[in-house]
Amino acid sequence: MSEYAISIASNMGIIAFVALSAYVILVVGEISFGQQAYFGIGAYVSGVASAMWGWPFAPALALGALAAAAAALAVGVLTLRLRGLYFAIATLCFAEMIRLGLNSVHVQVEVDGELVGPDGAEGFGDIRWIFENNVTPHEFMFMIYGLLGAVLALMLLAERSRLGAVLRMIGQDPLLASSQGIDVRLCKLLAITFAGMLAGLGGCLYAHFATYVEPNVFNVMLGVHGLAYGLIGGLGTALGPMIGVVLDIGFLEGIRAIQGYRMIVFGGLVAVLLIVMPRGILDETRVHRIKRWMRRP
Amino acid sequence: MADFIQTTFDGISIGSAYALIALGFTLIFGVMRRINLSYGPSIMLGAFAGTWIFVTLGAQPWQVAAVTIVGTVLVGMYVERLCFWAIRRDAAVASMVSSFVIWMQLEEVATILLPGRTYPFPELFSAGGFEAGPYFFRMEHVATLAVVAIVLVLLRLLLFRTRFGLALRAVSEDPAAAAYMGIRPNQVTFRAFVLASLIGGVAGYLLLASDQQVTPYFGLWATFKGLIAMMLGGMGSFRGAVVGGLLLGVIEAQTQWYLGNAFKDLGAYLVLFLVLVLRPGGLLGQGIVERDAQAFRRI
Repeated sequence: MSEYAISIASNMGIIAFVALSAYVILVVGEISFGQQAYFGIGAYVSGVASAMWGWPFAPALALGALAAAAAALAVGVLTLRLRGLYFAIATLCFAEMIRLGLNSVHVQVEVDGELVGPDGAEGFGDIRWIFENNVTPHEFMFMIYGLLGAVLALMLLAERSRLGAVLRMIGQDPLLASSQGIDVRLCKLLAITFAGMLAGLGGCLYAHFATYVEPNVFNVMLGVHGLAYGLIGGLGTALGPMIGVVLDIGFLEGIRAIQGYRMIVFGGLVAVLLIVMPRGILDETRVHRIKRWMRRP
Repeated sequence: MADFIQTTFDGISIGSAYALIALGFTLIFGVMRRINLSYGPSIMLGAFAGTWIFVTLGAQPWQVAAVTIVGTVLVGMYVERLCFWAIRRDAAVASMVSSFVIWMQLEEVATILLPGRTYPFPELFSAGGFEAGPYFFRMEHVATLAVVAIVLVLLRLLLFRTRFGLALRAVSEDPAAAAYMGIRPNQVTFRAFVLASLIGGVAGYLLLASDQQVTPYFGLWATFKGLIAMMLGGMGSFRGAVVGGLLLGVIEAQTQWYLGNAFKDLGAYLVLFLVLVLRPGGLLGQGIVERDAQAFRRI
């Protein structure tokens, strides 16, 4: 694979985490404009751990994901009684506060004679783990996809379980779900926390892939793109968001002929697609049909 | 104290333009219970059309204003047909995502029209302003306030004194019941969209004429300023949008003056987050949270 193809593929893998995270929130019936906040928290925390404290990659990754999950849990508790647009805007506010707050965080320490650490709007450079350990872009791409595969497998399993059914039920009708004895608040918190962790994982990978992060990477566009991928792909299965990501980044980056008109073509296509399939390509009905067809004797 | 009052006045004048954008959102959300993320970008594209005739043909300010407003309305119609009219009525999220991808489309059209990043936008008055005691009033600010006041009065009359206003309020209350009364919800929705675009075009022109420049980021900026102002005051109410817009302008102006530029946006987001957590219906909204939640039932 060429260097360019590897970087596109790695980007796709990383953005897929944001799309999955938006998808989880969509499944429980809410919209989040703020998943980029957890992406940012994961990126910064894991970057601090590996570049400033000299931690190995795996614990830094775990710490970043945990920090993102903790932040998501806190926001989830605060916004539990909000629904619909109110929830969406509250998450947006939180994400923008994180982004603007990071603009004024200056914590730098000296590592090997150089200043390393978040430097406000200047960003956070020199997250050099992949250079120090001679990890090639090729190997890092496999690490991204290994992790993505593991997460996807876990989610597909969870969707087959009772928990998956419960979460979908809450998304369809929370009142009905609670009348069935389901603790709606607990399940929602669980989904929100898990979604935060997913975005955090994406952020950790991004920080070590790009070796440089700045607060403006985590602007609202990142979150809304993730949301769009989640819906375009379809809300029926965790594989849906993957289709959204592949369609936008993979497919359209590939076609050089429409360079410069890319969003005009893509925007029009998606708008028409959503008219025909308002719940995405792989929506619940279609997933059900495919499953039945596969189970056919 | 003089500083505080001066800053408050500056905040109110920019806040009055926010109030118009928030009103546009409220109109669309009130009638359809869906969010139009493309609202800001459609104003941006209208303004780019205005700038385009200014840069290439050297048009007069009033011509730029006319092109901006007409352009915004045309783009608004396109968005309504594609993202709202054509999509099933219960698929609110599909409409939102669709309006988002159309936003990306509009941004690209704007950069093809004018490939640079920043373009000049003609100012309304070359005269600076006038002083009254210790205070200084910029001409643009006074003009903005005056135009906004006129638009608000006209809109109020339109919504509460005409048959169209009655139909619009009926549809926003209950589309099915309105249809039984012989109102055509699709037609009312379309007209509400045109009205919202008209208001957005005016607000965009006022904001840009006082900034004297336009960038493609204006779309993002306008969409989120409008949403925040609407949520701050309380969704779905005329008064809420106006109060929210003015409040947002004042909060921004004060935090910028007393805490510096870095805190300008942070302050507004913090206040809105606290309002949402502590008083989820917005400052003036009551009991509407559940009703709005209904709209999102079938995501």
